[in-house]
Amino acid sequence: MIFHHEIDEALGYAPKMDVHVPGAPKLSLDAIGRAAITDHPGSVLLYMAWDKDEPGMVSTFTNTSVTSDPQTTVVKAFDAYTAKPVGLLGTGPMLVMLRLHTDMYLGLPGKWFMGIMGFLFMIAIISGVVLYWPFTRRLNFAAIRKQKSRRVLWLDWHNLLGVVTIVWALVVGGTGVINAYAEVMLGIWQRNELAAMAAPYAGKPTPAQLASLDKVLGNAMKVAPGMDPAFIAFPGTPFTSTHHFAVFLRGDTPLTSRLVKPVLLDGETGEVSDTSELPTYLKAVLVSQPLHFGDYGGMPLKIIWALLTVFTIIVLGSGLYLWAVKRSKVRRGARLSAGAQAAIGSSS
Amino acid sequence: MSKVPQHRATWRRVFGAPIVIGVLSLAGLLSALLAGDPGRYFSWFGVGLPIAIAAWAYCRK
Repeated sequence: MIFHHEIDEALGYAPKMDVHVPGAPKLSLDAIGRAAITDHPGSVLLYMAWDKDEPGMVSTFTNTSVTSDPQTTVVKAFDAYTAKPVGLLGTGPMLVMLRLHTDMYLGLPGKWFMGIMGFLFMIAIISGVVLYWPFTRRLNFAAIRKQKSRRVLWLDWHNLLGVVTIVWALVVGGTGVINAYAEVMLGIWQRNELAAMAAPYAGKPTPAQLASLDKVLGNAMKVAPGMDPAFIAFPGTPFTSTHHFAVFLRGDTPLTSRLVKPVLLDGETGEVSDTSELPTYLKAVLVSQPLHFGDYGGMPLKIIWALLTVFTIIVLGSGLYLWAVKRSKVRRGARLSAGAQAAIGSSS
Repeated sequence: MSKVPQHRATWRRVFGAPIVIGVLSLAGLLSALLAGDPGRYFSWFGVGLPIAIAAWAYCRK
């Protein structure tokens, strides 16, 4: 997951972009939208999205209707200059890994389960901190007793690797739990804040004739000068009301690029209806994503992230080993004392 | 020497280094998010510190 982008690229699942002369004019968004529908006749557009690192690319999300199963949505990248399709997104082996990692193909129950596992992971870390004191109070920091038994050696490594990764593991665990409940929190936002924004338009039908996408985007960007579009949600999708476009704008730093600002625009006229900040709980979800995957500080941070993951696996493995050794010792001890008692009993 | 300061000295020996590492880790995790390019460089130090310590413990006699 840490190297998602690199693996997709290496396996050829990332779209290959043509090089255009600097300053070449981009096509209108309406032209991209038409190209996406021509590419998938009978479909409707759900979203259009922009990748921060690929300014010449527009991603289109199409499905048979705005309320179809999100798992059947087709995500296709188009060249912003020529409206040529450049490849499907969200396919390939890394998507399988992502699904296994988030819900194990079990939908919302799978996410709840993963969230609970993440929570237990955090409790395990805290219990390790509690045990750290009695096991190390007679030792110096990072003491590795190599001359003692194998069990003691693994105990010392377990304690060292565990204690130096506590903060990182708690952050990755905690942000993982938050991510697991992202869908639930999105639902809360839809029912409360979003519903309140759309309330004056309640009962209005889905627009028969959609406004020009370029007009929608242009009006939205006037609301927050200096911000770039992250994505447009079409009327009826989960990110907006049945009557509105929602344009989500973002800044350009690692933090502000996550904290998107929604602008609601009338689906028929393209005029701005309302704008707001996201509630704190949704901001928490958006900020927690980089802190979980470690993809926000360049390649060195990704490599560090991967090594710390290896450390965590060693801590888990050695913890299981130490527990198993201790249990077999206790059992043997119990058997010995039972045997001794039996011997005493028979002799008397 | 009374008993209480000695206990405190032990506590500092056991938890002192882990707390410093934890604070630097957290600072590194946040700096890459909040402080642009310098923050990114600092994050490699702060978040990478546990790896350096483990390597040091492994290579030491």
